[in-house]
Amino acid sequence: MATSSDLGFFLLVTIVKVAIILWVLLTAIAYLTWLERKVIGHIQSRWGPYLVGPHGLLQPLADGVKFLFKEDIMPADADRLVYWLAPFIAMVTAFLSIAVIPFGESFELRGHVIPLQITDLNVGLLFVFAVTSLGVYSIVLAGWASNSKYPLFGGLRSSAQMISYELALGLGVVGVLMISGTLSLRGIAASQLGFWRLGGILILPRWNIFLQPVGFLVYFMAAIAETNRVPFDLPEGETELVAGFHTEYSSFKFAMFFMSEYANMVTVSCLATLLFFGGWSGPVFGPGWLRVLLPVFWFCLKVFCFLFFYIWVRGTLPRFRYDQLMAFGWKFLLPLGLANILVTSFVLAWIHS
Amino acid sequence: MLQDYIPVLVQLIAVVAVAGGILGASALVGKKRPTREKLSPYECGSVPVGNARERFSISFYLVGMLFILFDVEAVFLYPWAVVYKSLKWFGFIEMFVYIAILLAGYLYLWKKGALDWSR
Repeated sequence: MATSSDLGFFLLVTIVKVAIILWVLLTAIAYLTWLERKVIGHIQSRWGPYLVGPHGLLQPLADGVKFLFKEDIMPADADRLVYWLAPFIAMVTAFLSIAVIPFGESFELRGHVIPLQITDLNVGLLFVFAVTSLGVYSIVLAGWASNSKYPLFGGLRSSAQMISYELALGLGVVGVLMISGTLSLRGIAASQLGFWRLGGILILPRWNIFLQPVGFLVYFMAAIAETNRVPFDLPEGETELVAGFHTEYSSFKFAMFFMSEYANMVTVSCLATLLFFGGWSGPVFGPGWLRVLLPVFWFCLKVFCFLFFYIWVRGTLPRFRYDQLMAFGWKFLLPLGLANILVTSFVLAWIHS
Repeated sequence: MLQDYIPVLVQLIAVVAVAGGILGASALVGKKRPTREKLSPYECGSVPVGNARERFSISFYLVGMLFILFDVEAVFLYPWAVVYKSLKWFGFIEMFVYIAILLAGYLYLWKKGALDWSR
């Protein structure tokens, strides 16, 4: 960026990108709640939402309006500042990490190359992990500030669970880093474009899932636990803890915890797509504009598959017991992740020497 | 280099504005009719007994300590993994020794029962 007009253009493009991505993310989250209720409904032989608009499509909007006009109750002895701060932190951390997620190639506008990503940090993956792991603060603080017993237990359980599975989450992706040799998410995705050939025939796309199936399993199981989803949703196990850490939250503060949970789901699904399923790689053809849009479509399709899988799992599996949950993380995923790293490093050293 | 972080700052400002806006709007728009019962902590309808901020199981503290130990290890693996292809066998042996030492500690913890929640 040599001149000030270049910098101005850069800033303008950035602001437009941020606005569009935030809008898309918020809409996606709203309709993810609709999709979840609809899919779970059909899994359980119910209709799900169907009264508000065709197929209940206006349900998220109605929910939003309802949340906005609901009474905002704060328990009498709550820590006022922290009570307000917790949903704020949850939402900011959940929505910030999307900034480094690339969702397509780039296009040219007035001589500038504009990548389809807010920014490509060379430590992108570390940035996502750093920001999302700050989200644990919101849960602990929410549980603590409410001055109520169920939220406190929920918050403590949740924090122990999240930090335990963060280890497995981190170890699961090390194999991918060894193969791609970069922490930039764009670099990792770009390293998976193309095909493996056997005798001139295309056999498999160069996705890391075929090289790192164990790493993917460790990552994805840990990711479900990180986002506090079934079967790892003990922090909000209704049958024992009412609603866990957000029992005392009402109105839009309650909704903000849900929005951040769904935003985190989107983020870990994006990461799974980028790290293991080739990001935006897929068949590309046609005129220039289609060549820009198709990768975005493939990326969104893959992310959607992961999100659907999340919902499917919720409709299928029962909840863990707490000691089983901790044992699964510490005694199964952690050693499995380490073993995967050792085997991968052995094979890579063998190939490259 | 540093310019890559400007968009992160823009995103941060936008997200703070959205989250703050939602918090403010919901506090302004929602009506408020507080009563003593409504503001009391939820305990399934019974009258709350004592303060909620009591002592809790030390297991949570232990998990926190173990997390710090192993998370430092995981973070240490990242730079190694990124440059691994140029280290080859040297990198493998170095990291093998490092992981072996940590595994010894891990097995000790397992034997001692630090990883058993219900103990």
